[in-house]
Amino acid sequence: MSAEEIKEIIIREILEIAPEMSEGDIDSDAHIQRSLEIDSFDFLRILTALNKAIGVEVPEADYGKVDTLNHMVDYFVRHLEKR
Amino acid sequence: MSTFVMPSLGADMQSAVLMEWKVKEGDRVKKGDVIAEVETSKGVIEIEVFEEGIVEKILVPEETEAAVGTPLAIIRGLDESSAAEEEQSAPDMAAETKEAEPSPVPIQQVSDEPVEPDEPQRVKSSPLARKKAKEAGIELSALAEGDKPVHLAQVESQKGSVTPPMGGMREAIAKAMSRSNAEIPHYYLSTSINMTSALRWLEEQNRNRTIEDRILPAALLIRAVVHVLREVPQLNGFWMDDQLQLSEAINPGIAIALRKEGLITPALLNAEHMDLDATMRSFTDLITRTRSGKLRSSEITQQTITITNLGDLGVERVYGVIYPPQVALVGFGRIMDTPWAEGDALSVRKVIQATLAGDHRATDGRTGGEFLNKLDQILQRPEELL
Repeated sequence: MSAEEIKEIIIREILEIAPEMSEGDIDSDAHIQRSLEIDSFDFLRILTALNKAIGVEVPEADYGKVDTLNHMVDYFVRHLEKR
Repeated sequence: MSTFVMPSLGADMQSAVLMEWKVKEGDRVKKGDVIAEVETSKGVIEIEVFEEGIVEKILVPEETEAAVGTPLAIIRGLDESSAAEEEQSAPDMAAETKEAEPSPVPIQQVSDEPVEPDEPQRVKSSPLARKKAKEAGIELSALAEGDKPVHLAQVESQKGSVTPPMGGMREAIAKAMSRSNAEIPHYYLSTSINMTSALRWLEEQNRNRTIEDRILPAALLIRAVVHVLREVPQLNGFWMDDQLQLSEAINPGIAIALRKEGLITPALLNAEHMDLDATMRSFTDLITRTRSGKLRSSEITQQTITITNLGDLGVERVYGVIYPPQVALVGFGRIMDTPWAEGDALSVRKVIQATLAGDHRATDGRTGGEFLNKLDQILQRPEELL
């Protein structure tokens, strides 16, 4: 899976949770939860969906490493490479 | 023989659209069965029946708006004979039967849209959703998932937010909060709770769980509140007829913000019987159904206390407004890294501000203080909440 594909999947899952947003509203370097008003419940739902789609489970201790869209893409790319 | 009427799903509700019957004439129903779906300003609500019997007659067709109190169906007790037999054997019963017939005044057929003949399969939706979709130029078929009916909330979420959506909900909140502020003499208490060990414990728990089974701190807080309410029951109940009426069931209304606008506080029913896992599962289920507009009538009418968690918004402390006739609201702010003195050492700890808004007619600060104190204590021993 390429970084581009991963990014697309993440955006899709975010928009699933926040349907009133569009792709243009997502700033790749902004804090996802704060900038898109995603609460901890919805954030967990996004991570659950991403685990299903990409097959990488983000432990709670790593939440700080997936706070922005770019960080999230990096995180998933790194973990897929490790395999 | 009894008449099932359109229930009041909040003091503000005047009418609702009967969307779909879940039973048909001749069906046997028991207490708690969902018999119909109605659309209100709070979304689609599944309404439940509170007796056992047979659905004798359905009085109102689907997609009909009916005022609160309008007879919707006649339910015959299990030991009663059917109306037809009864009429023959006891003609003086006719008066009562007649009374149960729908009064033509409050019922208003709003399904004025004819079925479009060129549409091979008509998308099911409420008349209101259909009307709004038409106004906004949205194709209902684009919103349909399978053959499930399209709800107003789906149409609203597609629409640009030019006019504030959920006008009915705003109105409902306005009425309840005005009444609260006019009638309830609030008192407010606040305490700082060190969450460091509870969060560490939770992280430990979650490490051994799959992501689907992970427990959020919000669920732990709900569980802790419910646990303490068993010891301080005076905060769980209603102020009615000038006195405090305690509730045996603990049904915390969980304030859930809708992404678009507005707020619903549906009840986590009988939370006193739930362990931590069950609390998290029910919490997940409740949020999901609230946001998709699929709550049960009991969930929006039987709250016994409210819990508001505004921590995700970065708020430090919540000063709540009690939802009448409830007598208390528990608020949680953000969990913050805070300087914390223990003995003569100063360190940085994860600290949350827990607040209590109490109805001073029902309880005094002493009760509220006892509640917050016990809440702090139990959160230092989170393993007891499992």
